[in-house]
Amino acid sequence: MTLYVFLEGVIAFLLVAGGAFAFIGSLGMAHLRDFYMRLHGPTKATTLGIGCMLVASMLYFWVIDGKPDIQEMLITLFLFITAPVSAHLLAKTGLHLQLRHEDKTRGNPPELRDEEIGEKPVPHPDRGHG
Amino acid sequence: MLDIALWTSMALVVAALLLNVYRLTVGPDMPDRILALDTMYVNSIALIVLMGLWLNTKTYFESALLIAMLGFISTVAVCKYLLRGDIIE
Repeated sequence: MTLYVFLEGVIAFLLVAGGAFAFIGSLGMAHLRDFYMRLHGPTKATTLGIGCMLVASMLYFWVIDGKPDIQEMLITLFLFITAPVSAHLLAKTGLHLQLRHEDKTRGNPPELRDEEIGEKPVPHPDRGHG
Repeated sequence: MLDIALWTSMALVVAALLLNVYRLTVGPDMPDRILALDTMYVNSIALIVLMGLWLNTKTYFESALLIAMLGFISTVAVCKYLLRGDIIE
C-alpha cells in the first residue's frame, strides 16, 4: 500500500514537472527576442518535459499492468535522437538566411559578419595588381 | 492526486500549444514558423500521452510514434528546402 502511494507521488511529480518544462520551453520560444535565442527553449526544455511525461506514463502502465511497455521507451528514444538533429538543421537554416540578431546574442559566426570581399581588395603584387 | 496532476499537466501543455500558435502566426521569418511547428508536434505528442493516461488505454501510443516520425521528417524536409532550394537533389 505504501509503495503504491509512493509510486503515485512519483508519477504525479513527473507529470507536473513535464507539463511545467513544456510550458517553459514554449514560453521561451514565444518571448525571447531573436531566432537564435528562441531556438534554445524548444530544443532543451520541451524535450526534457516530454521525456518526463513519457517516463511517468511508462511507470503508470507498469504499475497497472505489471509489466513494462516498450512503446513509450521507443518514443522517448526517437525524440531524444531527433531533437538535436532538427535543432542543428534549424540553426543552419537561420544562418543561411542571415536572420537579424540582437547585439546581446553572443558569438560571431562568419555567416553573420558583414561581407568584406570587394570593399578592400587584397593586394597581389606578384600577379600584377596591388 | 493523480487526477490533479493530470489536469495541471494538460492545462500547461494546452497553454504551451497556444504560445506555439502565437509564434506560428506572428513569427517574423520562416525558420521561426518551422520552429513553432516543430514544438507543436512535440507538445501534441505530450497531449496524446496525457490522453492515454486519462482514458487508461495504450491505443494512442502508435499515433504518437507516427506523429514523432512524420514531424521530424517534415522539419528536415522544410529545412533542406530553405537551405538548398531543393529537397532531394
